Parts: sequence; structure tokens; C-alpha cells
Amino acid sequence: MIHLALPYAVAAALIGIGTYGVLARRNAVLVLIGIELMLAGAGLLLITAGAVGGDRWHGGNILTLFVITIAAAEVVLALAVIVAVFRRRDSIDISVTSAAPAHPEGHV
Amino acid sequence: MTSLDITFLATGAVTIAAALLAVTTRQLVHSALWLVLSLGGLAGCYLVLGAELVALVQVLVYVGAVVVLVIFALMLTRAPIGPSAEHSTSRLHRALAAVLGAGVSALLLAVLLPLAGREAVARTPVDSSALAGDLFGTWVWPFEAISLLLLSALIGAFSVSRLAGGQTGGPS
Repeated sequence: MIHLALPYAVAAALIGIGTYGVLARRNAVLVLIGIELMLAGAGLLLITAGAVGGDRWHGGNILTLFVITIAAAEVVLALAVIVAVFRRRDSIDISVTSAAPAHPEGHV
Repeated sequence: MTSLDITFLATGAVTIAAALLAVTTRQLVHSALWLVLSLGGLAGCYLVLGAELVALVQVLVYVGAVVVLVIFALMLTRAPIGPSAEHSTSRLHRALAAVLGAGVSALLLAVLLPLAGREAVARTPVDSSALAGDLFGTWVWPFEAISLLLLSALIGAFSVSRLAGGQTGGPS
């Protein structure tokens, strides 16, 4: 027996914390960490729904597995892009606009 | 409070505390390590909710692979060791972000808490063999589509890094 309010509160808190992480960080890798936390909150919601609903096709669990897999694919691509941007601009600061030169030391 | 409630409270508290530290710490590498703890705590939450297979996959894929990739990316982008302020935004920006994050949480809570009800409900632990049967029965086509997605992500990551490598040093 479990009260559902607790998992729901944890999921909502995780999504809020992830939103803060996406908005408050300038390093692109740290923004990605915020996105991971948001996805984690979504997965917790799915698992909670699956744990009590008892749906016939185990949708809650299997969709969480799919979300985890898609998140892994997304992280691979995002990190490849981040490393490519770093090679080109020597910085992954997302507050520097694309008009800035390749060496932003004089501008930051 | 049932015993499951207390266990979930413990794992959920670990998850949320580690997540908060991951988004607020001033040290880049610590952020990735707090993410490990947060996602590990989330695997504990999954266990408490009766989803053993998903908890194991969470540990394998997230803690084992995704965080390692994140740490590699931090190393490849020459993340500074020790506290640094240059990846953090201004105080006003952070306050606005905190307000927005709290607003998102409050909105979700306002929607979800009425759904939860006041009574404790029985959880139904998921049998792993039944889950596997469904995964390769009902859900087999989405499963195959996801394997294609992983392949295309692999090829995409290769081509993105090759493209950037070929153009390094050229005029932008």
C-alpha cells in the first residue's frame, strides 16, 4: 500500500528542478543535465501510473524503458554537437551569441 | 504512513536533494556526480514502486553510460577543476529561473495531487517475464523502431564529429 501523493510530488519537484537547471546554467553540458532531470521526472510519472493502474500491456514500464533508450540516443547526439561546437568556438557558453569570434576571451 | 511510504520518502529525498545539488553546485564535475546520485535514487524509487526491470535498466543506461558520456564531454570541453562562476548566470537570472522552476512544479502538483487521492492504494509489482513477453509481443514494432533510432543516433554522432573535425581551422 502506498500513497500516490509522494511519487507525484517527487516527479513534479524533479521537473521543476530540471527547468531551473536548463534556465540558470550557461554551460551546455549543465543544460543537458537539467534536461536529464526533467526526463527522469517524466519517467517517474510513467512508472507511478503503471504501478497502480495495472494496465494490460504494462505500458507504464515499457514506455519508461523506451524513454530511457531515447534519452540515451539524445545524449549521444547532444554531446557530439557540444564537442563539435567546442572544437570550433573554444567555448560551450550558450549565452555567447553566434556573432562572437572563435576566441571569446576578450568578450567575456 | 505505510512502510512503502517511508521507503519511498527516503529514496525520493535522496533523489531530490541530489538533483538540487546537481543544478546549483559551482563545480562542473560535481554536478555530473550529483546527477549519478540523483538517478541512482530514482532507480530506488522505481524499485519501491515495483518496477524492478526498469530500475536495473536505469542503473545500467543512465548511471553506467549516460553519466560517463557527460563526464567525458566535460573533460573534452576542458571543464575547470574547482569552483568556477563562469558557467553560472547572474543573480537576477537565477532568481527568475528559480521562480519559473517553482511555478512549473506548483502547476504540476496542482494537476497531480487531486488525482492522487487520500487513501493508500495497492501497488502491483510487475513480473519481469510478463514484461518481457509484452515487450517482444505487443510492443515489438516500437522496440524495433527504437533500435533503428539508436543506429541513426550512432551514425549521426559519427558524422557530426567528422564534419566538425574536417572544418577545424577553416574560416567560419
